[in-house]
Formats: sequence, C-alpha cells, structure tokens
Amino acid sequence: MKQILSALEESFGDRATVSESLGQTVVQLPAAEIVSVVTFLKSQGFNMLIDISAVDRLGREPRFDVVYHLYHLELKDWLRLKVQVGGDAPSVPSIAHVFASANWAERECYDMFGIRFRGHPDLKRILMPEDWKGHPLRKDYPLTGLDPLPPLVHE
Amino acid sequence: MAGVEDRPILFASVKKLAQWAQSGSLWPAQFGLACCAIEMMATAASRFDLSRFGAEVMRASPRQADVMIVAGRVSQKMAPIVRELYDQMPEPKWVIAMGACASVGGVFNNYAIVQGVDRVVPVDVYVPGCPPTPEGLLEAVMQLQKKIRMGGRPMAPAMPSPEEVAHA
Amino acid sequence: MSKGGIGMAEPETTFGQVDPETGLKPMVINLGPQHPATHGVLRVRVALDGEQVRACEPIIGYLHTGIEKNFEDLTFNQAITLTDRMDYLSPITNNFGYVLGVEKLLGVEVPKRCQYIRVMFAELSRIASHLVWLGTSAMDMGAMSPFFYTMQQREQILDLIEMSAGTRMNPSYFRVGGLLNDLPPGFAEKLHAFLDGFPHWLHEYYALLDRNPIWVERLKGTAPITKEQALDYGWTGPLLRACGVDRDLRKTNPYSSYEEFEFDVPTETAGDVYARYHVRMREMQESLKIVRQAIDNLPEGDWHVPGWKVYPPNKAEIGRNMEALIYHFKLFTEGIRVPAGEVYSAVEGPKGEIGYFIVSDGSGKPYRVRVRGPSFYNVQALPVLVQDKILADVVAAIGSIDIVLGEVDR
Repeated sequence: MKQILSALEESFGDRATVSESLGQTVVQLPAAEIVSVVTFLKSQGFNMLIDISAVDRLGREPRFDVVYHLYHLELKDWLRLKVQVGGDAPSVPSIAHVFASANWAERECYDMFGIRFRGHPDLKRILMPEDWKGHPLRKDYPLTGLDPLPPLVHE
Repeated sequence: MAGVEDRPILFASVKKLAQWAQSGSLWPAQFGLACCAIEMMATAASRFDLSRFGAEVMRASPRQADVMIVAGRVSQKMAPIVRELYDQMPEPKWVIAMGACASVGGVFNNYAIVQGVDRVVPVDVYVPGCPPTPEGLLEAVMQLQKKIRMGGRPMAPAMPSPEEVAHA
Repeated sequence: MSKGGIGMAEPETTFGQVDPETGLKPMVINLGPQHPATHGVLRVRVALDGEQVRACEPIIGYLHTGIEKNFEDLTFNQAITLTDRMDYLSPITNNFGYVLGVEKLLGVEVPKRCQYIRVMFAELSRIASHLVWLGTSAMDMGAMSPFFYTMQQREQILDLIEMSAGTRMNPSYFRVGGLLNDLPPGFAEKLHAFLDGFPHWLHEYYALLDRNPIWVERLKGTAPITKEQALDYGWTGPLLRACGVDRDLRKTNPYSSYEEFEFDVPTETAGDVYARYHVRMREMQESLKIVRQAIDNLPEGDWHVPGWKVYPPNKAEIGRNMEALIYHFKLFTEGIRVPAGEVYSAVEGPKGEIGYFIVSDGSGKPYRVRVRGPSFYNVQALPVLVQDKILADVVAAIGSIDIVLGEVDR
C-alpha cells in the first residue's frame, strides 16, 4: 500500500494529499484530478469501486465532500478519496467510464445532493420521482419535506 | 331461521350468505412492499397458516383479488401505483393497512414516505406493529371478516377540518 | 403487469429502437413494480424480440424511505432501529456494521463474550436470509414446496431471536458498546436443538431441488457473468464468490473475533445462477459450523463495555446511585458523545458488503451516515446478466441476485 501511495504522490505531487484517519487511508484531491487518479489507482490494483457518496458541510465553502471508496483485492484494504466541491452548481467529472458501478452511485449523489457529474451517460434521478423538486439529503432540506401532508381518503 | 326443526331447508337472506361467503374466502392481492411483506409471507406459511381463513391464494393480479394488504412503507414514487392497483380491483374490495408505516407512516416521519396509506386508499383495518407478528395479521383478517359479516364499510364519517380541530 | 405510475415521466432512452437488420421494433414491457417475482418493488423494463431480451433497465426508488436523512435526526443508539429496516431479511448484520463503526469512532472494543454473541446472531441471521432466498427464488421458478419447509426452519431462528431481543424481525439487538441484554436462560438448549435438526433439512432442500432435472436445467448456464464484469460492477458477497473471487470480509478483513472461528468460504467459478445457488447452500452449512463453535466456546464475562460513558448503567443502579442516574439521563436524551471524525465500517452480510460511512461532529447525533447497500450495486448489473437471454431468465436472474429493495432504495 505504501508503494502505491508514494507512487501516487510522485505522479500527482501536491495535488493529492494522503492522510490517515482511524487506521484508514484518506486521499484528498481536487475535483479536476479525480478521473486520472482513479484510473491510476485502478491500474495499480484497486479494481473495485465500493461506494460513492457525499457529505453536505453546510456553512463551509466548498460545501460538499464527495467521497469515493476503493478496494484492493490483493492488499485487502480500502482507500478513501475525498473531493471538495461547492458553489451554486457543484459538479465533478464522472468516473462512470472507469468503473461501471459508478453509474448508479453518481445518479444517487445527484438525486440526493444536486451534484452534477460531467460526462455521465444518463444523469437523472434514481430514488425520487423524476419530477421531484429539491435535493433531499442537503442540510437545508427539511426532514418532513417541502409539501404539506395530503388529506385522508375515504373512497 | 324458520323450519330448521322439521324440514332440512335453511332460510337466510342472500345478503347474509354473500357476506359469509366473501368473508370466508378473502383473496389478498399480493402487495408486499417491505419488511411487513416478510411477516405476511410467514403468515401464509405453515406455522401461522393463512389458509385456514381461505386467504392463502395471494393473487398477483389485482383484478382477481378482494383485499389489498398494504404490507410495508409506501414511498412517494409508489403512491400513485398503489392507487392504480386499488382502482383495478373489482368491487367489493377492502384494504388492510398492515404495520405502522402503512397505518401512519411508522418510524419514518420524513419527506419520502406517505404518512399512512389512508392518504391514498380508504382503509378498513389497521394493524399496529413494526412489523406486526403474524398473529396480529390474523387478528386483522378476523376483524375484517367480522366487519364484512356486519355489513361492509360504513359511510365515511364526517371528519373535522384542521381549523375545527385547532379551535376545539 | 401494471404500467408505470401516474404522473411519472417515462425516461427518454434508446430503449426499444428499431432493429436496423429486421426493421422491427422490440416490444417494451414492464415487469413490476408490483409483481410476484420481483421480491419487492423493483421495476424492470425489458425490450423483447419475441422471447429474447434485447435491452433491460431496472428502475428503483419505489421503496425510498429517506433513512439516511432520518439518521441525522436520531441519536446514535436510536439510529440502530433504522438500520434494521434496510436489509430486513437479516437485520442483525445491518446492526453489526453500524455499531462497529460507531465503536471505532469511540475507540472502544466490546468484551469477548459480546463479540462471540454478535457473531452467533449474525450467522443465524445469515441462515435466515438464505432460507428466505431459497424459498422465494424456488417459488419463482415454480417449485412451491421448498418455500414452506424453509419458512418452517426460519421460524425456529426467529423464535431464538425473539427470546433474546423481544421481537422476531427488526430486533435492534446490538447496541453501541454491547447488546440489548445477555442471552436469556434456556437459549443454549433451544439453539442446540435447532443446530442438531438443521443439517437434515439442508439435505432435504438439496433433495427437493438438486435432484430435480428441471431445476438444474433452468439454473445451469442461466444469467452468467464474468469475473471482470462482476468486479467492475462492484459486486460483493456470494455473487462475487460464485464468479471465482475469494473475497469474504470475515476472512480478508476480520472483525469481532471472526479470526478465531474455523470455517471455509465456498466459491464457484461458473458465475451463473446455479453457481450462486450452490454458494449460498454451502454458506448455510458454514454458518452452522460458526454458530456451533460460538455457543460451545462462549466465554464468560460481561456483554457490554465497562463504565457508563457508552453503555448505560443497569436499571437497578439508577435507583441507588446518583451518578448512574445522571449518566443514564444524558445517554438517553442527548445520546452518546462520539468524537468528531469519519469512519468506514464494513461487514459481510448475506447479500454482500454492507458498508457504513459514518461522519460524526462531536454531538450525540450522527452528522451523516451513508449506507452502502450491496443490493444497490448488485442489481445494477442486471442488464448484463440477461442480455440476449429469454424472459424467464430475467426472473431467475432477479432471484439469484437475492435483492432486498430496502437496502437498494434506503
């Protein structure tokens, strides 16, 4: 693992910062580099994309943390990649052409947070209905939703 | 019933016979959504045996079903489909809201879950529990049978409006 | 088969395009969301050319519950009840991943007895989940009888869980820092009775299904996938092991004393429905071994972490001790104070890798919990499984993926 991380730091220099948190390796990188870093890591043996998700840090600029988890089959360990995006229309390059599992995961991030993924083949809502307004997992979206409760039905 | 002592003939009203037949052969429309569906399956299995009530034939098509057991949480995307399936069922039809989520929204008081399936279809029997034990569902079926034999769904009661409730 | 919901826009895709060679347009039909063979509310659009599937698109979201949003509203211990309701066929493995993650953030480790009990319940839950899978997927293919036999055995496991946790399903038996309570008296005898009887029933299931040439014919070669495709789609669990990849988190990244148990990890290489069926059947046998080892070697000791900072004090103490009362009050009103940080904790569930990415901001409620549900990634590969196969194989494929919509949609 150390070899891969040092190779990573060599190729990407100061754009990728490696740290450790509770025994798990985390790599912080800018949004523009995500495709090249993920392709590099895949070539080094991280051939499973376990998860893509996001965290809404309301009040901090850039607002969102997009978190990728990769797994290395031989080293039997995970790696966390974190990308910070913000602004009015946050967007990140899509890695759907690198890992097939990213397709739905990025759609879910878009649905729940409103983060667009540039280059995604079919970015549309996946969990909420197609015409839903708002992005539910954002911190400024109320828990009970924006619409009032519908009335009871008797027939 | 007259004449039962000396003649082997039974008199009863057609309505009562129809109600007795309906209550004894309620065919549920298979409508398992989430965890409650598994308990519904357990009720249909051999230990709790829904077949005793004539209800083991879970029809896949709503057109052949009498009762819709809404088992599980109804999400926003699913709500129009629940209504469409209810509309496809022929009369007379009944609805059992199984579980806390189908009754009032359950644990999930949030944007994604319809707070009770009675905001989508009219409900006859509510079953509490998360999930209700199979015994609870059987009790609900028996209550529904009693309700059918007593005459079906009563007229919709006049519900007070939110303003009336607030000022009461 | 019902149509899509009212008021929902049909997605504009290249689905059902005219075939340039024949000049014919494939027929697009809908499977679900209300369908006996979709194991919940999964909707699958297939473009058919006769019986052959030309394109397939699974559409999910019909059970979206907003669980990840609800996590932020509840304390760490209350949130365990939410985890049950995702993979509702084996709720205990869900609890497992979550409490391990929170304990890692807290920096505590539970005593050995608690770890062994957790392993025991997780494996019982795995067997229960596989039994439901077996019953329902056999029913999908037309074999009605195994359903009743498997549900009967599952009732025995549910009885054991009810003895300990108070409820059959959605038990929330694991708590942060320990369990709900210790094993009840009489548990070991009942468990031994189940363990002694179950191998006979496994043999019965094999006899009912594997000796049936129709079953074998229907499953062999159906819905195959290659190892590379499976890895690319993020497949985990028995599905990946049926393609020849030996990855089981209980062995590769052991947690909660799994390294002290002796068991094998079954793998197959064919990657088709038959291979997945065999992997799960053998997994049930291995889980039996683990449960037996756990109950036979169960260490004495405490079943929760010492001290009152994480696990609340005994109810009897509250009446006697002022400090205990205060701790109890704080733990239940504000929640456990978890230091700020983030952690990814994964366990091997019956469907694959259940991962929890927990972000804490130092208060008693989680800041964000992301649940990596294995079925979400497993069902994404459905088009690959059924490309150019017949419609009946779609049903077999969905059954073999062992999908649970609760964790797909969350």
